[in-house]
Amino acid sequence: MSATETTKGTRLGALVDWIDARFPMTRFMKEHASEYYAPKNFNFWYYFGSLALVVLVLQIVTGIFLTMNYKPSAEHAFASVEYIMRDVDWGWLIRYMHSTGASAFFIVVYLHMFRGIMYGSYKNPRELVWIFGMLIYLCLMAEAFFGYLLPWGNMSYWGAQVIVSLFGAIPGIGESLVEWIRGDYYISDITLNRFFALHVVALPIALIFLVIAHIFALHEVGSNNPDGVEIKKVKGPDGHPVDGIPFHPYYTVKDLVGFVAFAALFACVLFFAPEMGGYFLEHANFEPANALQTPEHIAPVWYFTPFYAILRAVPNKLLGVILMGVAVVSFFFLPWLDRAKVKSVRYRGWLYKAFLAAFAVSFLALGYLGLQPATPAFTNAARIFAVIYFAFFLLMPWYTRADQTKPVPERVTYDAH
Amino acid sequence: MLIKKPVLTFALGLMLGAALPAGAAEHGGLLQSAHNDVGNVASLQRGARNFVNYCMGCHSAKYVRYNRLEQDLGLSEDQVMKNLMFTGERPHDTMTVSMRPGDAAHWFGRTPPDLSLIARARGTDWLYTFLKSFYLDPSRPTGVNNTMLPGASMPHVLWELQGYQKAVYKGESDAEHNAVHKEFEGFELVQKGSLTPHEYDQFVRDTVNFLDYIGEPMQLKRQSLGLKVLAFLAVFFLLAYFLKKEYWKDVK
Amino acid sequence: MSEDQVDRGRRHFLLVATTVTGVVGAGLTAVPFLASWKPSARARALGAPVDADVSKLELGAILKVTWRGQAIYVVRRTPEMLATLTTPAVVDHLRDPQSEESEQPGYAKNDSRALKPEFLVLVGVCTHLGCAPLDRFQPQDAELGATWPGGFYCPCHGSKFDLAGRVFKDVPAPTNLRVPPYRFLNDGVIQIGADAEAA
Repeated sequence: MSATETTKGTRLGALVDWIDARFPMTRFMKEHASEYYAPKNFNFWYYFGSLALVVLVLQIVTGIFLTMNYKPSAEHAFASVEYIMRDVDWGWLIRYMHSTGASAFFIVVYLHMFRGIMYGSYKNPRELVWIFGMLIYLCLMAEAFFGYLLPWGNMSYWGAQVIVSLFGAIPGIGESLVEWIRGDYYISDITLNRFFALHVVALPIALIFLVIAHIFALHEVGSNNPDGVEIKKVKGPDGHPVDGIPFHPYYTVKDLVGFVAFAALFACVLFFAPEMGGYFLEHANFEPANALQTPEHIAPVWYFTPFYAILRAVPNKLLGVILMGVAVVSFFFLPWLDRAKVKSVRYRGWLYKAFLAAFAVSFLALGYLGLQPATPAFTNAARIFAVIYFAFFLLMPWYTRADQTKPVPERVTYDAH
Repeated sequence: MLIKKPVLTFALGLMLGAALPAGAAEHGGLLQSAHNDVGNVASLQRGARNFVNYCMGCHSAKYVRYNRLEQDLGLSEDQVMKNLMFTGERPHDTMTVSMRPGDAAHWFGRTPPDLSLIARARGTDWLYTFLKSFYLDPSRPTGVNNTMLPGASMPHVLWELQGYQKAVYKGESDAEHNAVHKEFEGFELVQKGSLTPHEYDQFVRDTVNFLDYIGEPMQLKRQSLGLKVLAFLAVFFLLAYFLKKEYWKDVK
Repeated sequence: MSEDQVDRGRRHFLLVATTVTGVVGAGLTAVPFLASWKPSARARALGAPVDADVSKLELGAILKVTWRGQAIYVVRRTPEMLATLTTPAVVDHLRDPQSEESEQPGYAKNDSRALKPEFLVLVGVCTHLGCAPLDRFQPQDAELGATWPGGFYCPCHGSKFDLAGRVFKDVPAPTNLRVPPYRFLNDGVIQIGADAEAA
């Protein structure tokens, strides 16, 4: 491939040709942007993929600048965060971007995942796109957990204490495994130092590779859409799908609108409520880590609470840990649990819709309950929602087959406006 | 369309969930609102003076630099040196105390905490109520207790200003004079201080205002920058929106 | 066709306007990140002016203090030392006798390169490659030869400076030793890092 029409014959065109003879720059741009044909009927839900990428970049850039002033030691970590907040010019802005970005990441990713479930984007031929996506989600949870210890506030300390202790439930090796993770007999300077290495080096590298794999796999098979119709089936005389439009410029300009709207919401939190009422930055974390005093209310950050609620709902420690793990891992199996012939919720019957709605409600409810104190009433409620949560996955092979689906059209539905 | 509703519900759920003040209910409605205003520079100046004169005997604010106060509180270096600095610190120093931590732990049972971030950890309403909730309790070594922090090791430092109050309960006591079903009703001033209750409230409000400010000294700057950023994004949004509309005319 | 042309114009305008706004936004976003590299409040606090007590400094002696991580030399010069500064034997061999090319506050741009001729204040960093020059105040130094009038000598690459920190010709250092901002708080105390005008 060579330079485009506008640059042909110019010096820039010559440069592009020179590069293309040595590196597939133009081909790459075409494959992934100007000649990547995406369905034209993307709706609101399709903003969150590109937004997740935006937040990833934001976290990497702000993270790099935070490491320039942060000190990963038990003695200095807390003070170094306050140093960033007060003494470094604009340090507060960079830190709030990173802390708000962490929560924004999960909001965007949860919506992105829900979109995938709703429109059956995990189904054949997109199983690997989904698997890579779930691996990204697992890395993201690990990244968030390790990062949460770094400010060395009291909630950081006790949050790490509780989550690391979960591994102690494993019979036989549990206690020694916990010691191995901490590298000490308690959460200490040693633990902080290794969590720092994982948070700023190991997991970001893994995340970047997985994101690349996720996008490559997607561009290999092509995007799904709200109708769950394969646009490649109907091709025009030029060989391109008739319901497809080039990602660039159509979706670059559309995603730009989504990005600016997201940036405005992000700015509202960042500049007017960076603590978000104690959910994005917890009150107890403004006190330094204290091994002798647990905060009054100890709950994980909001994005972990659905799973935390399941953990607490189970009276047996080992079983609780297992079920919590299963709750996360279940998502991996969706491509094979779902036996429906249609992809999108638009053409499914009431049975699937009821299960999906109940799942969404129980996920939110568990998230809420995980933030509350474990009173008997709340624990019982968490048990009910946990059952619904698991029923969504376990009964899926049955209800997706029994469901009365509607006929799927040949072409996507789209009204030009 | 089918999709719009869950989006809104989810977004609203997040907003509402976040808007609920975490743990506000735990003090059974005892919490009084501080109504402080970080934009009120005169109040911050009084609060700084109060803090230095009454709190800094024991409590530090070790992340706060004196010369930051100059900038933010509209004071001259001379004013800060004369009114806020007493022990030969230099303007760029942080607000530390000379009391040794060991001594403090010996006298009070624990080291008085640094107050740089206390307003972010506890909230301004809690601090405001705390400073107004010392009451006589002969069973305590300090002679006072606090309804907000029962068993507080801090003495009533401000007693000369507020005077002493006792806690009034309704409900019965048992034979050993241990109140069983007692419910806290309020305070009653038993010894007058040099300030009227109204003046004392103002004194506490100024002090809490200062603590709020040092918890996040850039908060006013943050908000004013936020408005500019949003204004910029509004313009950007309109342009991007019309650009998208324009390009999507091609899509039939 | 005409409608199509209007569309092109509008599209082009929106594209340019959005791109310009986006680039401006990205530029503005970069500002806080770049600005975070400036010396922080702590660095500025640690780099705040330092006081040097010169009341006990003997005539002809040197006092070294640290300011912003650099050695600051304070020399109390004798009348004999001051006299060397204007002799042709010294001045003719200087590269920049009037300190035109060199760094010093305006109030130190004179023959003695000082606020008060008696006290010389210099940054003890050779202007060649940053070594610390040694004080060789005695004339006719055994190492530096019979013509040595007294001054500073850099051991790294042999740069030589007179008793006002002015560089001699034919040595690697290009300019005179720098004079930091300073002022006299009183007769016995020099504050380094604060300008005399500000006093």
